[in-house]
Amino acid sequence: MRLTVNGREHELSTPPLETLLNALREELGITSPKAGCQQGGCGACTVLVDGEPRRSCLTPLVAVDGATVTTAEALGAPGKLSPVQAAFYEQYGLQCGFCTPGFVVATTALLERSPHPDRGQILEELAGHVCRCTGYVKIVAAVQAAAAGEVSESALEAGATGPSRQEPEVLVPGSPA
Amino acid sequence: MTNLTEVLAPTSPEDAAAAFGDGSGLTVVAGGTIVMPEIKLGRLRPERALYLGRAGLEGIERSDGTVRIGAATPVAALVEGAPEPLATFAAHVGDREVRSQGTLGGNLCAPPAETFSRGDLQAPLLALGARVRSAGSGGERTDSIDDFLAAGPDGRLVLVLEVDEPARAATAAVRRPHAHAYTILAVAVAETAGGLRVAIAGAGPRAVRATAVEQALAGGASPADAAQSALDGVNPQDDALASGNYRRQVLPGLVARALGDLS
Repeated sequence: MRLTVNGREHELSTPPLETLLNALREELGITSPKAGCQQGGCGACTVLVDGEPRRSCLTPLVAVDGATVTTAEALGAPGKLSPVQAAFYEQYGLQCGFCTPGFVVATTALLERSPHPDRGQILEELAGHVCRCTGYVKIVAAVQAAAAGEVSESALEAGATGPSRQEPEVLVPGSPA
Repeated sequence: MTNLTEVLAPTSPEDAAAAFGDGSGLTVVAGGTIVMPEIKLGRLRPERALYLGRAGLEGIERSDGTVRIGAATPVAALVEGAPEPLATFAAHVGDREVRSQGTLGGNLCAPPAETFSRGDLQAPLLALGARVRSAGSGGERTDSIDDFLAAGPDGRLVLVLEVDEPARAATAAVRRPHAHAYTILAVAVAETAGGLRVAIAGAGPRAVRATAVEQALAGGASPADAAQSALDGVNPQDDALASGNYRRQVLPGLVARALGDLS
């Protein structure tokens, strides 16, 4: 199976009927797609497949052979967030953050399709990501801010003072990274 | 287990039918929305799998009042492109991403889950009197949706569904608000050259026709009176989404509402 993930081409050894989610997390170490319910219900595993949001936990690898996959990691970087990421940061559009990569990825796709969604459309299109924390007022505010371009420079630069990606990562086996 | 699975990925309907054979020992994967969690949970351990995503079974074609829908057409495509009442039912399946992945054929053939029914699109297909083109032992054949559902999908690979554009159609549903809104009971009504048909989703493990209601209407009963027959031959069960008793209380009114919206 060949797959371009976040701009890099990979030849994967994960079997074809294994999930895209497992291939991303276990073989490639890309951990923004979360293994939540693993039944398609929570939306935390959502990634872009050829630009369209897909549940990676429901997607067999055979279905994405030759496809281009984009995860939240490739939307921006610490200190250089995408407008959607920055809007979620600035509007406090998250609590525990587990659902956030899915929301950010789905919002990015939503604004590509429909740059100025109304509130009803936002609620309908992001319904598959609704989680537990009740923080939806701020999530909707974040989507609206991103759509309106109301994102501050400091938000776009958020995370710049955080740990550098050059530092060695400490991986704890089995941890929900 | 999945690393032992041989996966066939045919690139034409003919190759898909040939690879399917009589279907024995084969797990069919299209959108994956139902089958992948089953595999993940260890309830399904495929030895061989047939992936349909590249088999050319997608698409909606119209000609002379007939609509042909490929079995691997995503549910999302039905929302815009299918006739009523199928389009409205499709719009309420899962959520945006799930509708983009799940397919019409998969929804039709989905076995009921342990704690709830699946296959919400069976009801509008029943109401429309769909014809099911499938391959399997003995070659290709076309069955009425009624016969197909009665026999079950085992041993058949659905290729195309064909429906006639209805003269009139209506839907009514009870949605249960949750993190996602689940449809616990829904009614599909459609009038085609074959007559007026009424079908119910959520009143059993599979969708059923309300034949007593249809007969009452054909006999000249008013929609409100005909709807009182909604429970004749229909026996809603308890499941994780609602009790059978609640469904029995609600169903006649729901049928009346759908019939009322029709005229």
